[in-house]
Amino acid sequence: MKSLFALIVLAALLGAVSSAQAAGPSVPLDSVAIDVNNEASLQRGAHLFVNYCMGCHSAQFMRYNRVGRDLGLTENQVIRNMVFTTDEDGELVSSGSLMTNAMTRAYGNEAFGKAPPDLTLVARVRGTDWLYTFLRSFYRDESRPLGVNNVVFENVGMPHPLWELQGWQEKRKDADGTVHLDLLRAGTMSAPEYDRAIRDLVTFLSYLAEPIQADRQRIGIIVMLFLLVFLVLAYLLKKEYWKDVH
Amino acid sequence: MAGNSADKIQGGLLGWVDARFPLSQLWNDHLARYYTPRNFNFWYYFGSLALLVLVIQIVTGIFLTMFYKPDAELAFASVEYIMRDVEWGWLIRYMHSTGASFFFIVVYLHMFRALLYGSYKKPRELIWIFGVLIYVVLMAEAFMGYLLPWGQMSFWGAQVIVNLFATIPYIGPDLVTWIRGDFLISDATLNRFFALHVIALPLVLLLLVVSHIIALHEVGSNNPDGVEIKQNKDANGVPLDGIPFHPYYTVKDLVGVGVFFIAFFAVVFFAPEMGGYFLEHANFESADALATPEHIAPVWYFTSFYTVLRAVPDPFIGVLAMGAAVVILFFVPWLDRNPVKSVRYRSMAHRVNLIVFAITFIVLGYLGVQPVSSLYGELGLRFSTMYFLFFWLLWFHSRERSVVFSLLSFAVLVGLYSFYDMLRIESTDPALVMSLWLLPTLYLLATMVVPALVHDLRRDRPVPERVTA
Amino acid sequence: MANEGVDRRRRRFLVAATSVVGGAGVVAVATPFLASWKPSARAQAAGAPVEINVSQIEPGQRISVAWRGRPVWVVRRTPEMLELLPQIRDRLRDPDSEIATQQPTYAQNEHRSIRPDILVLIGICTHLGCSPAFRPEIGAPEVGSDWPGGWLCACHGSRFDMAGRVYRNVPAALNLQVPPYSFVSDDLIIVGEDADGGTA
Repeated sequence: MKSLFALIVLAALLGAVSSAQAAGPSVPLDSVAIDVNNEASLQRGAHLFVNYCMGCHSAQFMRYNRVGRDLGLTENQVIRNMVFTTDEDGELVSSGSLMTNAMTRAYGNEAFGKAPPDLTLVARVRGTDWLYTFLRSFYRDESRPLGVNNVVFENVGMPHPLWELQGWQEKRKDADGTVHLDLLRAGTMSAPEYDRAIRDLVTFLSYLAEPIQADRQRIGIIVMLFLLVFLVLAYLLKKEYWKDVH
Repeated sequence: MAGNSADKIQGGLLGWVDARFPLSQLWNDHLARYYTPRNFNFWYYFGSLALLVLVIQIVTGIFLTMFYKPDAELAFASVEYIMRDVEWGWLIRYMHSTGASFFFIVVYLHMFRALLYGSYKKPRELIWIFGVLIYVVLMAEAFMGYLLPWGQMSFWGAQVIVNLFATIPYIGPDLVTWIRGDFLISDATLNRFFALHVIALPLVLLLLVVSHIIALHEVGSNNPDGVEIKQNKDANGVPLDGIPFHPYYTVKDLVGVGVFFIAFFAVVFFAPEMGGYFLEHANFESADALATPEHIAPVWYFTSFYTVLRAVPDPFIGVLAMGAAVVILFFVPWLDRNPVKSVRYRSMAHRVNLIVFAITFIVLGYLGVQPVSSLYGELGLRFSTMYFLFFWLLWFHSRERSVVFSLLSFAVLVGLYSFYDMLRIESTDPALVMSLWLLPTLYLLATMVVPALVHDLRRDRPVPERVTA
Repeated sequence: MANEGVDRRRRRFLVAATSVVGGAGVVAVATPFLASWKPSARAQAAGAPVEINVSQIEPGQRISVAWRGRPVWVVRRTPEMLELLPQIRDRLRDPDSEIATQQPTYAQNEHRSIRPDILVLIGICTHLGCSPAFRPEIGAPEVGSDWPGGWLCACHGSRFDMAGRVYRNVPAALNLQVPPYSFVSDDLIIVGEDADGGTA
């Protein structure tokens, strides 16, 4: 009986594994070209992140001063523009602190049904194209508790945090089933401006997920050149010794 | 002359040491006067490279343990701590994660080399056995290591693999609970996997590697011609086709190291995730026992066997088949009894067999990362069949078989899987079953039936006395 | 194998060149591993400079604040305490704070501080690391009638004056350490950061 149960669990797991893999976003993702070396873009993205995302989401593996250092901000700029979290005594946390936020898991679960996930690594989990498309794909849906839905993330539990910038979209389906989003009410940004802002935000999220990525590529080039020199020398050495054999 | 002076017991520090520890003797036995065939080719780099990766894994692993916390509450955060807060921690971690995949790349190529040149044949059966043991321990090592980052793939991968033991009749469920030390993959599991990963299995691995090398140096290396160089020695007892490992192969392997490092560090610095194959995307999300990630596939180096598992509908038989796919490797020295070692002098039929096997293994690996569809499921079954047929063919080509025996064997083998197809044809897509039925059948036709009819294709060629070129 | 006709110089050169480049590679690889032992970003955040408000400290009073896991004392010295400092020079081992490791240059003066009244010290005895007791009373009974006030280490009896200077003939050989610090404003000091922004 027990082993039968185990078999069912296993079969279900293997089944889940295989069927789940077929699932993906229902719409094609827009691709976005980001450049994590673009300091200005990163700074704009960081600004959006701390102002629009960090109210609910944390970046709990990252430190403020690391962002400041990598993005060319001074200690004071970091404290003034990025740190809004306070400690138990009501004082702003230090710039070396992790980018947690004040929302507790329990409160998040109650308010949104599911606590807002930490976003430190979201770019490595979802990929930048997914994020870029997702953040541009909110639309009005009165059937949802918050009146918002998303075509990339069906029945997403969050409101549209950037609605003031983007405005409101409406979903429309063509006869052939392709999904379109039409702008219902304009926001403070035009569509191209909003796309650019989201690209900045996604650039920052990509940086946030792997802050070393720009540096490691620079170091990598030096390492490659060094290894090429080593390889040439090793090859000449081998040829020299193998004259004995041939 | 050089040899004479080296024979003298030297004075000084070296002499003092040599009187107490066989340092010079070890140096000579294993390097300076370990005579190695002069005709090693490309395939012979991977042994020393495997040793290099082992060193990389041990050194980076030791440093990772200094910062990692084997605690379900802390593990995931401690990995990100390594990636961000520890100076150069990202490099050490990427070297370790990339090293895991490169270990398997190198080991797979090293094993295929043995198949190509019959390096498992007498008198090298034990080297092969030690080698397969290393491979098995390496798989366990990699599997347990993959749990440690405590991401979603770590958790669910371990969940699926550990649950394979649940299929064992009677004791299965209790065994699984015992392995986990809990009713789910939990802190207890993480803690024991950590201990096994960082100390127990590495010790076993080192012991096996040392045994592998001692056994190799006892009988001497095989070579691409499969000629025993010890059978042709000069007056001093030095093999005529042998050259000292040091300096000739040390400098040659250095070139291999250079090429290897370029590939290795290119991944480390430019593509550490390797498109999600070396570091899976879902593993950047902390383990959550209540939410299965959208995509689960084992890491690429396990996927060939995973396909074999999935090809069999009954879970327990599937587990047995997967186990058999590994265990059968131990028997290779006794399956292939052909006295000709190297593929260079083996029949065309054997060559085709080896090539098809390599392709089969790669296709099985590819199928293992794909979602199950009826086409891929059917392909998985056919290629799993071909995986096992390879070993049968190894035995079959141990000597020249008569036409009657060849045709009879062909009929029986095709009959066996055709019978299974008949049993399941009702519940599947008949066109698919029948078209893919051709795969193993063509394979057997090419390696058994056609060679049975065309003598040239099944005939081995004479092996030269000495190594070539 | 033919050994004649070997170009030994070329061979020696290539061996040397490969060894040097390979050795440089080994050093380059070793560097990140050794560097990983340096205090991490977490340790540095935990050991970041601390701000101390000195306005609440009464004359003659001492407060103790933790910085990098060690007690840092801040004392507001009274004019009487400061007056006594030059008078006990001959009882001290290093009255002029000549041992440079024990204080930043801006605290290498008679009162061992930036501002005469505010003294900042690391509260660890320079002998074996106990934390000495604060005995500001002149002629404290258990220390002696000629005691001008200072610190007494309970572990091995080392004595320090009201500038943290060590007495002669006690186990400790060095003055108490002055950490790097600076004044942000009249009332606020920051311990762990010099006035020019350098950190310890």
